[in-house]
Amino acid sequence: MSTASPDIEFAYRLSRGAFRLDAEGSAGTEGVTGLFGASGAGKTSLLRCIAGLDVADSAHLVVRGERIDDSANGRRCPVHRRDIAYVFQEPRLFPHLDVRRNLEYGARRRPSPGRDAFETVVDRLSLGTLLSRKPAGLSGGEAQRVAIGRALLSAPKLLLMDEPVAALDAARRRDILDCVKELRAATGIPVLYVSHQLDEVCRLCDQLLVLEDGRVVASGPLQSVLLRTDLPVLGGADAGVVFDAVAVAYDPGDDLSELAIGALRLFVPERHAPGEKVRVRVRASDVSISRDRSDASSSILNRLPAVLAGVRDDGTHAVLLELRLPDGAPLLARITRRSLRLMQLRPDDSVVAQVKSISVRG
Amino acid sequence: MTGGRAGDVFGPLALSLELAFVTTLLLLVIATPIAWWLSRSRAPWKPVVQAVVALPIVLPPTVLGFYLLILLGPYQPPGSWWFTLTGETLTFSFAGLVIASCVYSLPFAVQPLQAAFDLVGDGEIEAARTLGATARDAFFSIAVPLAAPGFLAAAVLSFAHTLGEFGVVLMVGGNIPGETRVVSIAIFDHVETLNYGAAHELSSLLLALAFAFLLLMYVANRRRRRS
Repeated sequence: MSTASPDIEFAYRLSRGAFRLDAEGSAGTEGVTGLFGASGAGKTSLLRCIAGLDVADSAHLVVRGERIDDSANGRRCPVHRRDIAYVFQEPRLFPHLDVRRNLEYGARRRPSPGRDAFETVVDRLSLGTLLSRKPAGLSGGEAQRVAIGRALLSAPKLLLMDEPVAALDAARRRDILDCVKELRAATGIPVLYVSHQLDEVCRLCDQLLVLEDGRVVASGPLQSVLLRTDLPVLGGADAGVVFDAVAVAYDPGDDLSELAIGALRLFVPERHAPGEKVRVRVRASDVSISRDRSDASSSILNRLPAVLAGVRDDGTHAVLLELRLPDGAPLLARITRRSLRLMQLRPDDSVVAQVKSISVRG
Repeated sequence: MTGGRAGDVFGPLALSLELAFVTTLLLLVIATPIAWWLSRSRAPWKPVVQAVVALPIVLPPTVLGFYLLILLGPYQPPGSWWFTLTGETLTFSFAGLVIASCVYSLPFAVQPLQAAFDLVGDGEIEAARTLGATARDAFFSIAVPLAAPGFLAAAVLSFAHTLGEFGVVLMVGGNIPGETRVVSIAIFDHVETLNYGAAHELSSLLLALAFAFLLLMYVANRRRRRS
């Protein structure tokens, strides 16, 4: 479903000792919106205000046309009537209820999403074998999956997730993020996802809001916000871009898949079925620059023709190059300042971007 | 004086049990909101409330009984209101004993409840609220079940403590058979009249009862901790 209005609109102001939150922004209800920033930037505070758990000095929140907070007119919807579910960093399951009763807690209190939804959520989150267990007997990953299911089954208008996988190991983290992505697509519930891990955000989000010292300093589609390398959290060693690609072929002999991004072709390890949508992240530090267009002189498979669009020099040993691929898509490369000087690179120069490694996100 | 008759064992005992039962029920209703407030509030005057609630632990029962005698008596509020309303005095009545016992045993209900509520995390309550539960709903569906051991402890302690009270009852209730003559008073009465046989009978019953209640509580707590 698509509507013209911005769907989620918020503005919160809050002072607590030295901390100040002054965050204003909007997000689409389609897809996952990342709320990204360093620790202490105010991500959790903002989320708690949106959920109604904390009371801001000044508050404004509209979700799908419904005015939820409007402190100027004395309106403040109580927490339980917001229809905004919250997945916390810790699972916060109810220890005296078994998994089934935990999952049903919200559904019993709001118009229930129905039997089918229950089956879907239980199935996708692999909770079937856990239903009669008590939370004390669950592993960290299992407990967090139950917490996500519980939130989804309360049929919220908006789902808030506060670093829900921060306490888990990498494999569990990937599993759960994939589940969240699938379930979001299946249920159509908009998600506001807080993280300080760029990796997670790149894997999951379609929109991105960047928070710095309590303020929203950038917002928009993920791909374009990632180019805001002037922001400390998006520049430096972690800088990179993402592409939404489609798998076109798989070579079992070399165990390589060929992905298409418009007319461009990329080779990535492992099998992806033709037609599968694959999100790839290319980190700036994995891209090097060459002027040599001949293909044979390099061991690197992914060599993309590009034009140098700009250079960001933040005074360290490395500089960030912003490149344009033939179809206009951006790519970031991180090279040493010395290389930049020796290669005499200038804006509008044609170069070859060599992508050493690509992280693949299903 | 009716003390001294050997058959008069069960009257005072039944009265004691009735008093303890009614007091316990009332106290659970009264103490729960106080304990929840004490557990959650950050009000600057919270220590004042805590001190007031704990007073009956340290005050001699005679002091408590003396003030209650005055307050419940017919000559000034609130006892005089009751007198105007019903034509009877609160002092030297069962109703008066219930009120006195509630005051006397209040800390024994509030303190275990507060300790149990302290262990209920804000996190679970917040989760319940975001899942559509009102504050009251979250309290009853999350906080109360999680604080179940505290409710058991509060009930057992209030009951046992009320069963064993003497000084306050004597000051407020006197010694009226069937109305205010509870076990502890009857025992005192028996000893005064050198009727040691009856005193033994009642004392051993009370001892066994008190022990049984405390044992029940500790066993239940241990079971819960294991499960």
